[in-house]
Amino acid sequence: MLDPVSPVSTTIRDLFMLVFGVIGIIFVVTEGALVWSMIRFRSKGNETTEPPQIYGSNPIELAWTVIPILIVLVLFLVTTRTIYSLDLQEPPEGALRVKATGHQWWWEFEYEDLGITTAGELHVPKGVPVFVELRSFDVIHSFWVPRLAGKIDAIPNRENHLWFQADKVGTWYGQCAEFCGTQHAKMLIRVISEDEDDFDSWVANQQLDAVEIPEALSGKDTFLSLACVNCHNIDGVMLQGGFAPNLTHLMSRETIASGAAENTPENLKKWLRDPNSIKDGCLMPNMMLSEEQIDLLVGYLTTLK
Amino acid sequence: MSKRSQTNPIPKMLPPGHVGMMSVITTEIFFFASLIVVYLAYIGKSISGPTPEEILSLDLVSINTIALLTSSATVVLALKALQRNNIARFLKWMLATALLGAWFLVGTAIEWAGLIGNDHFTLQTNLFGTTFYTLVGFHAFHVTFGVCVLSFIWFCGLMGWIQEKHHQNIEYVSWYWHFVDTVWVAVFLVVYVIGR
Amino acid sequence: MTTKQHIPLSGKLHEWITTVDHKKLGIMYILCGIFYLLIAGCEALMMRWQLAIPNNDILAPETFNAFFTMHGTTMIFLVGMPILLGAANYFVPLMIGARDMAFPRLNAFGFWLFFFGALLLYFSFLGGQGLTGEEGAPDNGWFAYAPLTSKTFSPGSATDYWIIALFVSGMGSIMTAINLVTTILTMRCKGMTMMKMPIFAWMMLVDAGLILIALPTLAAIQIMLLLDRQYGAHFFDAQAGADPVIWQHLFWFFGHPEVYILILPAFAFISEVTPVFSRKVLFGYPLMVVATVSIGFIALGVWAHHMFTTGLSPAVLSYFAGATFLIGVPTGMKIFNWIATLWGGQIRYETPMLFAIGFIAMFTIGGLTGIMLAVVPMDWQLSDTYFVVGHFHFVLFGGLLFAIFSGFYYWFPKVTGKLLNETIGKWQFWLLFVGFVLTFGPMHFSGFEGMPRRIYTFMPNRGLEMYNMLSSIGAGVQAIGFVLFVYNIIHSLLKGKPAGDDPWDAWTLEWSTTSPPPPWNYAKTPVVASRRPLWDLKHPGDPDWEYE
Repeated sequence: MLDPVSPVSTTIRDLFMLVFGVIGIIFVVTEGALVWSMIRFRSKGNETTEPPQIYGSNPIELAWTVIPILIVLVLFLVTTRTIYSLDLQEPPEGALRVKATGHQWWWEFEYEDLGITTAGELHVPKGVPVFVELRSFDVIHSFWVPRLAGKIDAIPNRENHLWFQADKVGTWYGQCAEFCGTQHAKMLIRVISEDEDDFDSWVANQQLDAVEIPEALSGKDTFLSLACVNCHNIDGVMLQGGFAPNLTHLMSRETIASGAAENTPENLKKWLRDPNSIKDGCLMPNMMLSEEQIDLLVGYLTTLK
Repeated sequence: MSKRSQTNPIPKMLPPGHVGMMSVITTEIFFFASLIVVYLAYIGKSISGPTPEEILSLDLVSINTIALLTSSATVVLALKALQRNNIARFLKWMLATALLGAWFLVGTAIEWAGLIGNDHFTLQTNLFGTTFYTLVGFHAFHVTFGVCVLSFIWFCGLMGWIQEKHHQNIEYVSWYWHFVDTVWVAVFLVVYVIGR
Repeated sequence: MTTKQHIPLSGKLHEWITTVDHKKLGIMYILCGIFYLLIAGCEALMMRWQLAIPNNDILAPETFNAFFTMHGTTMIFLVGMPILLGAANYFVPLMIGARDMAFPRLNAFGFWLFFFGALLLYFSFLGGQGLTGEEGAPDNGWFAYAPLTSKTFSPGSATDYWIIALFVSGMGSIMTAINLVTTILTMRCKGMTMMKMPIFAWMMLVDAGLILIALPTLAAIQIMLLLDRQYGAHFFDAQAGADPVIWQHLFWFFGHPEVYILILPAFAFISEVTPVFSRKVLFGYPLMVVATVSIGFIALGVWAHHMFTTGLSPAVLSYFAGATFLIGVPTGMKIFNWIATLWGGQIRYETPMLFAIGFIAMFTIGGLTGIMLAVVPMDWQLSDTYFVVGHFHFVLFGGLLFAIFSGFYYWFPKVTGKLLNETIGKWQFWLLFVGFVLTFGPMHFSGFEGMPRRIYTFMPNRGLEMYNMLSSIGAGVQAIGFVLFVYNIIHSLLKGKPAGDDPWDAWTLEWSTTSPPPPWNYAKTPVVASRRPLWDLKHPGDPDWEYE
């Protein structure tokens, strides 16, 4: 949070500095008075009379009521001003619109204007405002990438949103921040901000239908013959799923299982052997596949660039 | 600070029963407030199913309401009689109170039988059904409890066990009863007037 | 000299089970609270073991989730509430010169409701498997957000246990609150007007008032959730058009006052201990009263500061931020009052005072991090992270628990007639203090680094390893402190020095009677003229009532 790369998180960081300064002064004064009195007024063990009994003091009590009220007023004004300055009900001009839907336990990202559906990793162009509409497929989730923005919850039946703008190229880590069940801990987010050219070529690739390679045909047939198709979509091949991540460009992602593991053939095989080995309790059932089926499927999946 | 002189005043305090019953009523206020707030929040939000305008009628409910509100008056008369040690009159008005309360319950049961039997409208039907039966139902539950206590007191009176000295405690029961009636006014307004 | 009658164990057991005496009930509440404190502590130890390193596999995800849920639920409902209400039960009548609470039988009923509600909650570990074999103990967090807790997403019985157990023990709390309000308002002894009663009684009065308002709301939503789960209702069913955020509004309308319900008795303990151990009258009693009542009222209007990330409008956000800042003012007044009490005194550093000063220091920090969280845009970063976990442990552990230990060491001699061992007490304090800071200090930083709460494991190479390791080491240090606490109790009960009536040279009415007090508390109802009746007796030439 203290190393922001977006105007939103920078505003929050700057606000934090001010608030921390105010709180810091209060801390030093209060704890200082406490420590001072602990030392200065320690009993020497040999007193014969009680110390002077002070019942109160109107001026002092007035002071330490009024001064905190003034501090509260300042904090309130600063807070309110920042809330309104960050509030954006509509996407700004030229913004990229993305719809982020929380599922138990992965994030789905749809760029409706661009016709792209992907999962787990959000690509954005550098320096362009991104307006994220937050939805939930099931329970309450929360979208949080600290270096880019604060978090806002994704609540079923409710249309929340947040916005950010990545001012640098890089990969920014985040994760779901509202307890949503067994694998809340591994519902991760990666935001990858790229130069405009790189982003455009990513978009162009994502807009294509799935790659068709003759060598992977038996793998593809295996996929189509199994229940995978009931949950997973592959554009241009089979679109009766939607409950699980879209696999069309699976190999364009750095991770699988919404960030739970690196996207490697070994991990893909591990996942297919038993998803619970990577994400214990996840909603993908163990499909009880044979090693041969797993090899064929992974052979196919690794062609989906 | 000028020196004061010693005083040992007997602090002015209410009888424990007063504070006790007011505390009970306070908790009930917030219990019902929660149910009412949810009812209000969900007015008009049902996605499907019948709406209040369609299936709630004011006829039966108005009679029930008059019965319940009258029972608040009769319990006051009962207490007045007890204060004058007129046990016979006390019993008459107590019985009237309990019977009026029971009338309210029977009337509610008839209304619900119609809603469930004819309109197939239940707790599960939609948001309106969920909030309606919960709010009206918990009120009716409190009326039932009140009727039981009032009947028990009437029965004790019948047995000759009640004297003028019990006036205070029975008055506390009447406060509970008045509260239940007041909640009904609120529920009636929210469900049958505002919500329709 | 009376000869001690030999009462068989069955007789003693019968006496305690059927008692309506506020002192015995108070002791039973506190013993139960300590028992559950140890259990919740073990749950915490297991969690810290799991979180010592990233990608650890000590606990399965479901088990961890059940542990954090049960740890929170236990600490709040089965440790905090009983210990605080038990202390109120024991001391309020004594402090106001009464013989018992206003409604002794209601008191007993309330205790047993709590007792069985608590057992039911823990029975879930064994019995919660339900027909579908899913879940055991509640595992959706102590605030049980819908729709996660709906039947769809929590098909087993775990959440039903949460609902029913807390509903039952909540009823017990409400009954105690009715008793406390009535007793304080109607059973004070001669001379004890409202402004002459111990500050402890004021704090408990406001506390009980908050219970009367907040607990029924919890009961209402628990009923709604049960209806949803078992009878097909739609209160929190998004598919039927319901708004899941309604659960949050109503839960936090209960939940925020609940944390004040927990901390006000802590304020009460500290306000009694600090004056005695600095040998000075409490500074600013009248404004302390005003501050306490203000806190009670404002506490009812800040609930949505737990919901800043749910997409509320800027106007609503601003209001709740402002109200939350505002509650810092009376709270700050109290802290300054305590420090002013110390100022110019002759401070004795026995164990009760060590914990009291620890309280003031740690609670101040917790309060300040709370102010930081009230700054809405900061909360957008820090909400639902370990920063919040650090914040609330500073106010509830460094705050409430330290105050409980302070009060425990202070009043144990009155209740049992024996002093707790000072050396063990000091060791306990320092081990707990160091362990506490070690565990919860780093959490503020891991929150900044992006670690959300309620995760059974964290990712490596995100800068979180060191903080978590420190937290886990701290837990081990604390554990020793807790063991010493239990040892001290047992050791002192068996071999402790006799305390006498007034071992601390204190000033409120409970110290005028024997240790332990006789069953009837006072043979003759006391008559008071000031807030410190025993000061007046000990200083007849310079009594308090000349100055109050």
